[in-house]
Amino acid sequence: MEISTRELWTMIHGMGFGALYLMACSGALVTICRRPRADVPSTTADNDGRFLQIYLSVMAALAWITVLTGTYLVYPWYRALPPKGTTNLAAYPQHLLLSSPITASWHLIGMEWKEHIAFVVPIAITMCAAVSIEYGRNLNRHPALRNAILAIVATSLVAAGVAGFFGAMLAKTAPIEGGATIHLSSETTP
Amino acid sequence: MIENSLTAVDSQPNGAGAAAVVAAGAGCFFFSVCAMLGDQSAFFHRAFTFSVAAGPLSGVSTTAIVAWLVLWAALRARWRKRDVALARTNALAFWLLLVGLLLTFPPIADLF
Repeated sequence: MEISTRELWTMIHGMGFGALYLMACSGALVTICRRPRADVPSTTADNDGRFLQIYLSVMAALAWITVLTGTYLVYPWYRALPPKGTTNLAAYPQHLLLSSPITASWHLIGMEWKEHIAFVVPIAITMCAAVSIEYGRNLNRHPALRNAILAIVATSLVAAGVAGFFGAMLAKTAPIEGGATIHLSSETTP
Repeated sequence: MIENSLTAVDSQPNGAGAAAVVAAGAGCFFFSVCAMLGDQSAFFHRAFTFSVAAGPLSGVSTTAIVAWLVLWAALRARWRKRDVALARTNALAFWLLLVGLLLTFPPIADLF
């Protein structure tokens, strides 16, 4: 059993950071929804406020790590130019997809959409984290701000979902290959 | 009455939050506009290629992020100590976010 370094980084980018972000979104939505209103006495408001600040900050860090590893680590492997005369395009996913009209749309729509919509996510969630840090438990006194954060977290979930879906489909249609091989285990045949 | 005045004293102006929300919407919109320019104009394609390996996406993202942070700092400095009409700032932010999201979809971006 073995995996290449490029496959490993693609997995860390998508199935690690990206998937973790997607899962974290539901927790953020629930935590924001269940915050008590300002006029309702609550002994847990302080703890909830701190929890939300930390939770959204971790989500923002995850979102930035996901898009930065995607843009500067995985994407250059995806868009690498094949040397002239190359007939086997397996190591050049973008050119492999564009070489056939059946698969070209995976790049022209899928990858083009994914690489752009993904950047909405860290911008949106950084704003949510910053507002929760700025207002703390006072966020309850600004329901319009709280609702804005709720809607923007939901929007970031949709954006991350689109990016994640196309990331998974692209990895299936034209996987990023190459780099050093890491041997995970070796079976000896009897 | 007392509760109301205490609440008013306790409450933090909403301007800083509104600045963050509007800047985020504008940042997403600006990112989409930069991405469109990078895709459709040879000049911007070259200008946004900050990293040869990552191509124009490197410049598009860096430019949009810097613009977003500058706008956020400017709005924050202006609104931090006062209350603003959140219904209007939220509506503006969501329109910018919605248009920005639509423009990330290649068939829509290619219409312009």
